[in-house]
Amino acid sequence: MSRLSRSLSALMLSLVAGAALADATLLNASYDVARDVYKDYNPMFQKYWKQKTGENLELKQSHGGSTKQVRAVADGLEADVVTMNQANDIEFLADKGLVAKDWTKKFPNNASPYTSAMVFIVRKGNPKAIKDWPDIAGPGVQMIIPHPKNTGNGRNTYLSAWAWALKQPGGSDKTAQEFLGKLLKNAPLFAAGGRDATTTFMQRKMGDVLITFESEAEMIAKEFGKGEFEVVYPSLTMQTEFPVALVEKVVDKKGTRKQAQAYLDYLWSKEGQENAAQNYLRPRDPELLKKYATLFPAVRTFTVDEVFGGANKAFATHFKDGGSFDQIYGSK
Amino acid sequence: MVSKSQRVLPGFGLALGYTLVYLSLLILLPLGGMILRTAELGFGQVMDIALSERSLAAFRVTFGASLLAAMINAFFGLIVAWVLVRYPFPGKRFVDALVDLPFALPTAVAGITLATLYAGNGWLGRYIEPLGFKVAYTPWGIVVALTFITLPFVVRTLQPVIEDIEIEVEEAAASLGASRWLTFRRIIFPAISPALLTGFALAFARAVGEYGSVIFIAGNLPLISEITPLLIISKLEQYDVLGATSLAVVMLALSFVLLLCVNVLQWWTANRHKNTEPLEVAAGRAGGAQ
Repeated sequence: MSRLSRSLSALMLSLVAGAALADATLLNASYDVARDVYKDYNPMFQKYWKQKTGENLELKQSHGGSTKQVRAVADGLEADVVTMNQANDIEFLADKGLVAKDWTKKFPNNASPYTSAMVFIVRKGNPKAIKDWPDIAGPGVQMIIPHPKNTGNGRNTYLSAWAWALKQPGGSDKTAQEFLGKLLKNAPLFAAGGRDATTTFMQRKMGDVLITFESEAEMIAKEFGKGEFEVVYPSLTMQTEFPVALVEKVVDKKGTRKQAQAYLDYLWSKEGQENAAQNYLRPRDPELLKKYATLFPAVRTFTVDEVFGGANKAFATHFKDGGSFDQIYGSK
Repeated sequence: MVSKSQRVLPGFGLALGYTLVYLSLLILLPLGGMILRTAELGFGQVMDIALSERSLAAFRVTFGASLLAAMINAFFGLIVAWVLVRYPFPGKRFVDALVDLPFALPTAVAGITLATLYAGNGWLGRYIEPLGFKVAYTPWGIVVALTFITLPFVVRTLQPVIEDIEIEVEEAAASLGASRWLTFRRIIFPAISPALLTGFALAFARAVGEYGSVIFIAGNLPLISEITPLLIISKLEQYDVLGATSLAVVMLALSFVLLLCVNVLQWWTANRHKNTEPLEVAAGRAGGAQ
């Protein structure tokens, strides 16, 4: 007993000693592919915070699938802030009382410091002449996307196509579901995740079109070379948001509210916005958007709130068991 | 020096207590929690979830592919184990170490590698797809992944047993006039079949729960190539923990029943040979028939 407690206290001491080097520690629980964004952002913020307050801030990152991360936070992972790629994940934390109910109002732009858009990646020269959504639903075209029920990436594609069909003359939920039915027939598989879809399309050369985030296109260029593919912007697509929030319960407990708030606020600063742009995410700052216009051509987008009345509602209608996605596969 | 007989583990009471605590913490606690959680739903609802078209299709794919993979490994694993024990050949240690690789490799890596290999432009896929046989992104891909993942189970359970069979027994059988096939059927196979069944059961059980490698090669199309673990993840993605545990509990029950069948089979094979005719009679009959 005493030996155990002695070794435990020794362990605690060494942990405390490690933390003592920093004045405060923040943990950012983030989605999977955010690594690059925050790898660059964290040192920038540390420097800024040191200059402003003289405090040494230690910043830790935890990455994983968005939903998995949120569940970890709900189960007690002491993250000060969450930076996600799906609003319904943060809604879940709001339901659990960990995040403010009105979290979307706590920061500008719906609490999303940068955005992206769903785009088509086609083979060089666009041999199947894919310009817009109906071109993918036609015969003889194969589309590679991640699983619409299990991945945010796949859901965004599904909702983008749905919104396009809805906005056509005479469009209704019924015609949209029919259109999705045709579209999904052209999916020979559902990839495990966004990066898996990219590998399947680029490396295994399957399919005629890959639908993914605009930001992913630049990653593909880095990995596989620019000459291998072309990016096509459909006539209407989803503006995907990357919402952030303070985990109120944790910052109050740890006494890190001030630092955590500043950490998220700084995402909207010139430097924070520039960092997003350099990671191929569309900055909110209109001046920067103009500066990087070659990276981010103008595209007609919609938000989930506008067309589907919020992320939670969209999820419930389309991706819950028995939702429109299941109906399409059930009717086959 | 010490003359009194000593057990390796301290006292029976302590060892048993430790065993019970250990197993309870590791197995009973999480499983019990799972079943308790499902009890919130009630039997009818759990069955509704488990008997939906989607779930049934996934159960079929999962258990079918797992059984097939375990059977493939029971057959080829036996050959591999036999060769590794009985025949000296250069590089034997290397080949022996190779068998464990599927254990060491992260399953996702295995899945991605196999998908790349069997895709239409992969090293293997480019030759088998023109023959009209698609593996990657079909249920066959699932069988391939599961076969890869579960290879070590059969080989590793059989190896020590085959090592224990003394060559003299085979020589005796041969001197009594038994053919090679008869020797295998009557002498070797009865000796190794319990271990073979254990290996089969382990491989099967492991395959049923496998997720990481399968999702990268399965294609994950609803009703065609979705495995049950994927449906569980899909439910968790909807924050439907109860639905997920319901599926898990039903899967567990099915696995338990199947493993029980294997155990019964094992018991039956162990006892079956007690009342069979003596070898020399069988050998004589076989010799006469030739």
